[in-house]
Amino acid sequence: MSDVTRSTGTQLVKRGLAEMLKGGVIMDVVDPAQAKIAEDAGAVAVMALERVPSDIRRDGGVARMSDPEMIEGIKEVVTIPVMAKARIGHFAEAQILQALGVDYVDESEVLTPADEAHHIDKWAFDVPFVCGATNLGEALRRISEGACMIRSKGEAGTGNIVEAVRHLRSILGDIRRITQADQAELFDWAKRLQSPLPLVQEIAEIGQLPVPMFCAGGIATPADASLVMQLGAQAVFVGSGIFKSDDPAPRARAIVEAATNFQDPTMLAKISRGLGNAMPGLEIDQLETRLADRGW
Amino acid sequence: MKVGVLALQGAFARHLKVLGGLGAATTEVRAADDLSEVDALVLPGGESTTMSMLLDSSGLHDAVADRITNGMPVLGTCAGMILLARHVADGRPDQRSFAAIDIDVRRNGYGRQVDSFEADLDVTGLEDPFHGVFIRAPVVEWVGDGVEVLATVDGRPVLCRQGAVVVASFHPEMSGDGRIHGRFLDRAFAA
Repeated sequence: MSDVTRSTGTQLVKRGLAEMLKGGVIMDVVDPAQAKIAEDAGAVAVMALERVPSDIRRDGGVARMSDPEMIEGIKEVVTIPVMAKARIGHFAEAQILQALGVDYVDESEVLTPADEAHHIDKWAFDVPFVCGATNLGEALRRISEGACMIRSKGEAGTGNIVEAVRHLRSILGDIRRITQADQAELFDWAKRLQSPLPLVQEIAEIGQLPVPMFCAGGIATPADASLVMQLGAQAVFVGSGIFKSDDPAPRARAIVEAATNFQDPTMLAKISRGLGNAMPGLEIDQLETRLADRGW
Repeated sequence: MKVGVLALQGAFARHLKVLGGLGAATTEVRAADDLSEVDALVLPGGESTTMSMLLDSSGLHDAVADRITNGMPVLGTCAGMILLARHVADGRPDQRSFAAIDIDVRRNGYGRQVDSFEADLDVTGLEDPFHGVFIRAPVVEWVGDGVEVLATVDGRPVLCRQGAVVVASFHPEMSGDGRIHGRFLDRAFAA
């Protein structure tokens, strides 16, 4: 018998968990052993998936939600939040992830999309969602569908930060421009961004997205984390960048330190020493598949 | 009089905003040097295992422990409560707490994210209910004799005070209501 009325699955608690992850590093892991390394290194959360993006890129084929047994195995060994990915538009995968008790669902372009027109109706869930975006219009459409956290997409699995920077600059640059716009111009912004007017008006007023904005796709070094956080990202997702490097544990730890000390070059110089080789990177114009193009 | 907010990771910006709105002078605390200029400290919500590790690597752990021993007022919310508790269950073995308040807590004791909730709380000394936001919140499983329990959920303490230390299982920085921060400041700077 409860002496208070509890409301669960509200926007405040869903966005609230994203608030708690700010200034942190969320790491892709493919098994319990990696999850443990991530937690030991100070990750604020882990993203459970079957293959890291660089392997998905290499192997090809359809990439789907992970095996529930693998997700449960990871939940058992760590005490930090566990996230997992569902395909774009695949609400049945998302329902399964919610039933498994994952803490955040990533409706992710890294997996093969299941619907070419519709993203998941995220308002229908108690579990919060994070979605990728390459520009402000995409971010606002995801928020209008109920996303509680936005991550700039970057280009996953490349170890190349250039796309993440492009997307962050696009989103944050447009936000700055909108704060300078007059009322009449906001209608035009909504039209051009293909986004709901009330969200555009909210951005004009508060000068930022109404949900936390993190960065993903291409972060491989402590300096990369510092770069995107100085540009305005509030936390970072690191996918292939850790477990495809020579020595994952110290690199994971160094990126965690970098997310806290991103404004301190002297500290960053100390943190970045002796980490071994970063993951091998890929040139964007030589990619067969641009994951960031998935999503609408 | 200046209030520091531990800014290693988590929802520290929210606390700075609430404190600033109450007219307090504030600063972010990331290193031991920052600590010397503050008269009170807020430990925010976030991931307690991450914060614990960063407290060690930044050299802040011992500096904060020393100031708490010497009576510096501290407010800890959620992860901050965990960091201030005497004993932490379901934590990591290497996770260190300041043992600043005589309570035992269990991490994520209210469950996972799908169990996170909002609820109106009756708080001792506040006229109207306070809207509490609980996110993967810690449960207080035991309180010592010297601890004053200021609010409960289903009989479990969620807001406690002992001397200059105030802890909450929930996030007063998330509900747009400055009364708990206000009372903390009033008591901290009353002397």
